[in-house]
Amino acid sequence: MSAPVEVSVEPTPAEPSRHHCAPAHPSAAGSSEGAPGPETREALRPHAEQAFAAELTALAAQDDRPRPARWKLSPWAVATYLLGGTLPDGTVITPKYVGPRRIVEVAVTTLATDRALLLLGVPGTAKTWVSEHLAAAVSGDSTLLVQGTAGTPEEAIRYGWNYARLLAHGPSRDALVPSPVMRAMAQGMTARVEELTRIPADVQDTLITILSEKTLPIPELGEEVQAVGGFNLIATANDRDRGVNDLSSALRRRFNTVVLPLPESPEAEVDIVSRRVEQIGRSLDLPAVPDGIDEIRRVVTVFRELRGGVTADGRTKLKSPSGTLSTAEAISVVTGGLALAAHFGDGVLRAGDIAAGILGAVVRDPAADRVVWQEYLETVIRERDGWKDFYRACREVSA
Amino acid sequence: MAGDEVTGSRGPGAGPLLLGVRHHGPGSARAVRAALEAARPRAVLIEGPPEADALIPLALDKGMRPPVALLAHAVDEPGRSAFWPLAAFSPEWVALRWALEHDVPARFIDLPAVHTLAWQRDDENAPAVEGEAETGDERPSGEGVGADVRVDPLAVLAGTAGHDDPERWWEDVVEHRGRGAADPFAPFLALEEAMGALREAYGSGGHERDLVREAHMRLKIRAAHREFGDGVAVVCGAWHVPALRRKATVAADRALLKGLPKVKADLTWVPWTHRRLSRAGGYGAGIDSPGWYAHLFDAPDRPVERWLTKVAGLMREEDRIVSPAHVIEAVRLAETLAAMRGRPLPGLSETTDAVRAVLGDGSDVPLALVHDRLVVGDVLGEVPETAPAVPLQRDLARLQRRLRLKPEALERELELDLRGETDAARSGLLHRLRLLGVDWGEPAASRGGTGTFRETWRLRWEPELSVRVAEAGIWGTTVLAAANARAEADAVGAQTLAEVTGLAEHCLLAGLSDALPVVMRVLADRAALDADVGHLAQALPALVRSLRYGDVRGTDTGALAGVAAGLAERVFVGLPPACAALDADAAEAMRRHVDAVHTAVGLLGDTPAAGHDDLRPRWHTVLRVLAERDTAPGVIRGRVVRLLLDDGAIEQDRAARLMGLALSPGTPPPDAAAWIEGFVGGGGGGMLLVHDERLLGLVDAWLTGVPAEAFTDVLPLLRRTFSAYEPGVRRTLGELVRRGPGQGGGAAGALAAGTPGFGPGLDRERADAVVPVLRLLLGLDEAATADGAVKDQVAGAKPSSAARPATGAATPMPLSFGSTGAAADGAARDGRTGAAA
Repeated sequence: MSAPVEVSVEPTPAEPSRHHCAPAHPSAAGSSEGAPGPETREALRPHAEQAFAAELTALAAQDDRPRPARWKLSPWAVATYLLGGTLPDGTVITPKYVGPRRIVEVAVTTLATDRALLLLGVPGTAKTWVSEHLAAAVSGDSTLLVQGTAGTPEEAIRYGWNYARLLAHGPSRDALVPSPVMRAMAQGMTARVEELTRIPADVQDTLITILSEKTLPIPELGEEVQAVGGFNLIATANDRDRGVNDLSSALRRRFNTVVLPLPESPEAEVDIVSRRVEQIGRSLDLPAVPDGIDEIRRVVTVFRELRGGVTADGRTKLKSPSGTLSTAEAISVVTGGLALAAHFGDGVLRAGDIAAGILGAVVRDPAADRVVWQEYLETVIRERDGWKDFYRACREVSA
Repeated sequence: MAGDEVTGSRGPGAGPLLLGVRHHGPGSARAVRAALEAARPRAVLIEGPPEADALIPLALDKGMRPPVALLAHAVDEPGRSAFWPLAAFSPEWVALRWALEHDVPARFIDLPAVHTLAWQRDDENAPAVEGEAETGDERPSGEGVGADVRVDPLAVLAGTAGHDDPERWWEDVVEHRGRGAADPFAPFLALEEAMGALREAYGSGGHERDLVREAHMRLKIRAAHREFGDGVAVVCGAWHVPALRRKATVAADRALLKGLPKVKADLTWVPWTHRRLSRAGGYGAGIDSPGWYAHLFDAPDRPVERWLTKVAGLMREEDRIVSPAHVIEAVRLAETLAAMRGRPLPGLSETTDAVRAVLGDGSDVPLALVHDRLVVGDVLGEVPETAPAVPLQRDLARLQRRLRLKPEALERELELDLRGETDAARSGLLHRLRLLGVDWGEPAASRGGTGTFRETWRLRWEPELSVRVAEAGIWGTTVLAAANARAEADAVGAQTLAEVTGLAEHCLLAGLSDALPVVMRVLADRAALDADVGHLAQALPALVRSLRYGDVRGTDTGALAGVAAGLAERVFVGLPPACAALDADAAEAMRRHVDAVHTAVGLLGDTPAAGHDDLRPRWHTVLRVLAERDTAPGVIRGRVVRLLLDDGAIEQDRAARLMGLALSPGTPPPDAAAWIEGFVGGGGGGMLLVHDERLLGLVDAWLTGVPAEAFTDVLPLLRRTFSAYEPGVRRTLGELVRRGPGQGGGAAGALAAGTPGFGPGLDRERADAVVPVLRLLLGLDEAATADGAVKDQVAGAKPSSAARPATGAATPMPLSFGSTGAAADGAARDGRTGAAA
């Protein structure tokens, strides 16, 4: 299982710039989170290929393995870029994704076999993060992005028209506004589609021809855009939302699917939660609350146990509630508890502060989930040493 | 086959052809076959117990189908045993078959099992039967694959080569090598060299006994050399090859073998399964993926394509849509992955990754199926009937002698008194055999006393039971071990919770304390995942019963008590929500569950388990919740109040209040009638009414308030409730009702002024006013007759019919009739208050 090294923020599709890979800013070399270049100094968050330009350059320089057409790096180097490592010349590549090696290998290999890649996972499993870094490492550009929403039109995937030109000069290539996917096809780059399952089914299906025939016809002009070598597509989707606009099996067949798992070890998850909680607390200007690591550990334990359907010691099986109980939700439970402790409590994060949050996260379906929760409370928590306060707090809020 | 050329490439010095293999390695097996074909030896020596030489010809028998295992066991103690499992892809098996097919003598050359079994006995750290079997098994199969912690030769080699997984390294370097290599002996030479370097560095690697075994092998090879000359091939674990090559004097080898301990041992073939070859199977032959290996060995060419096609076939059987295009993409992905990981051929991990990403939509669920059905596989071996008897039969015979239970074809009954040691052992044996499917004894209803220490069996030995015993041999070498193994397997495979509880009960009866933890774990898991409170409630009584049985037999039931208490907790949590929205039948079933759980909790409360010491108060809390929950059916609410009252967990006042609520005019009459059924139904309910006139008054008041049109609906329910009472109770109730609220025949002074539902006193004036009309209507003076009839009627079912004398329509009506009479009852009911007044 994985732990996203960074908790990702949706990248805003910015002005695509074509020179991210060039070592334009030597000052940034050597520091992995390098200072952003001047043209993006105002950006809240630089693109992967900008932030890690130094690493990409070092990898490219020392990469002597065969590269597929128009790839900036060989598949091995891409895997190293994501998983981290030390290059022969001593350059340290920071791990971008902490998780099973297998996942990254399958993902990179998929891109190399010209099959499209579908990254699935519950929210907070670094799908977007992985897709951005894959695109940055393979094509040197992670900005050919289609943001999937319920209102995404076909033009966002195929092409649109500049109507002023269309009216003035009639249909021509000049009047055509290419989509990121079309640009990626023409230039042999990696396109990205975020939240694929949120896109309406009829719009999704425009991808079928693109992925199987590798061509995008423009009937208005009697032309077509054929993908050149190096074109590929990475889509992300939330597998809990699969029902939203389930992929047709024809489209599904064009993808190799990789499921990004939740963090494997409790320690990793506690680490992610506490780090993220601290960040959020700072940005919300919550009054400082002393270290609540014990309560965080408890929240993570409860979430992991209910999610996995088995207690941490592996001895007792449990029913799982209907909610996802992802790491992201654990973060929000702890943040809520912190706010409660800071504003209404004695400033120390206690069991009572998180109990209500946990209950809210676990009991999504008032009938079935409540039974699951009560059972868990009575058969597991009640007997656990040192959890008496937590048990009492939970009893209070569930009563 | 150019013999000269072969001799030339045979390696350092002439002498026996040493073929070092990895046990259960398909690549090794193929290489061994190629090498044997090329060398055409005049004798084949194989690492294995030499006592099994006599059994070798059976390998060619038509009835023999691998996987099978050579089983050595001590004659006096069948529990002491060792296994040498052989699959179709085991190099040893291949060598054996090759020798038999080419009429070449084959021999086993390892240290005789008489010594290895004796070693086991001397090892004090092998107390359990299973443990011993494992140690015995590790020896033939363990060291080649590097299962040993002391020194793992392959891990060292793989580490040197920069691989972190020794198994995969071995597969890449040896097993997956392209077939048809020019020189069939080259791999063996390379391997021998590597192992030689390792042995130089590590010596025996902590396996001191290996030196003795190798000495024995050397002696046997020397003997074979004298007999057959140079044309001798030896198939053994790669680890041993350098030692066998080493020159050692006969005297030194003999000295090593001197004074070894000995036990009397016997060998036979037993059927084996792929599941047991895998590590998950318990005996641990040391391979994770026997199905995959078998595939590698069997596939004539393109193993990856064939494998993925097989996977696709399996998925289609399971109704997943998998097209040939999927398979093509999976093959491409697997091959690219292998290239990326620097492997010569896609291995199991690459194909698995490809199956997950392409065929399985990234999910692990279909993968688990593939692993279970294909990677491990369900292959079951067979051995010919001519194979010597399995030790289980011997063990059974021994037990039969010791317990003086002769197998007889004639049916006879056997009474056992479990307080006696012999009888208890007999009962245990019969129960264990039943678990193993050997139905020698059938439990029969006990004639004498009903105590738990008595058992009656009907014994009859049918000839086919011998076959069953032979079949059961796969489970173990003694009846006890086999029954334990079987119970564990049954528990894991059980479908329903009730099956597992039944099994737990059986385990206790059969005294299978080893299997009990597994059964308990499965039980706890099942209970945790079972969402149906009914199932849980059904399982609980059986479990509690088992607890009591365990007490009788002195079994340790701590774990059982813990599981039972956990089960009870789950019932507590699940019961209130489960009692909503039930129809009459479901409500009645649930009421029975509540009763059963109540009894079970009562018993459980006497055996406190850790952390569950307050079960009874908690159960009472649940009951209280139910009692006040309007969504629960009346019959359950009534019953719950009654249970609480019986336990003294609520006061009479409160019970009366709850009853008042349930019987208040707003409640639909059928519901209220159901409440009454739950409350006073069953034994003792009548006495409750007899002794608490307030409750009786409530019932009476409600009944008189039931509207005529609803009365016919509630009548059957009430009749069912009251007809279950003892005649005496019915009579007393009737008298009480006739007498009216809390007083005997007209003794107005004694009237309890506070009795609810009744006026404070008798209004004689009004009563007298009715009397003439009554006499007129009835046309007779024998009021006594009417009274008698009324009394019976009331006791029978309906206090309301006591109203009859008021109107005089009370020609005694038999209560057995249904609604026709009831309509009259309803009409008559209105006069009731008058009678009471």
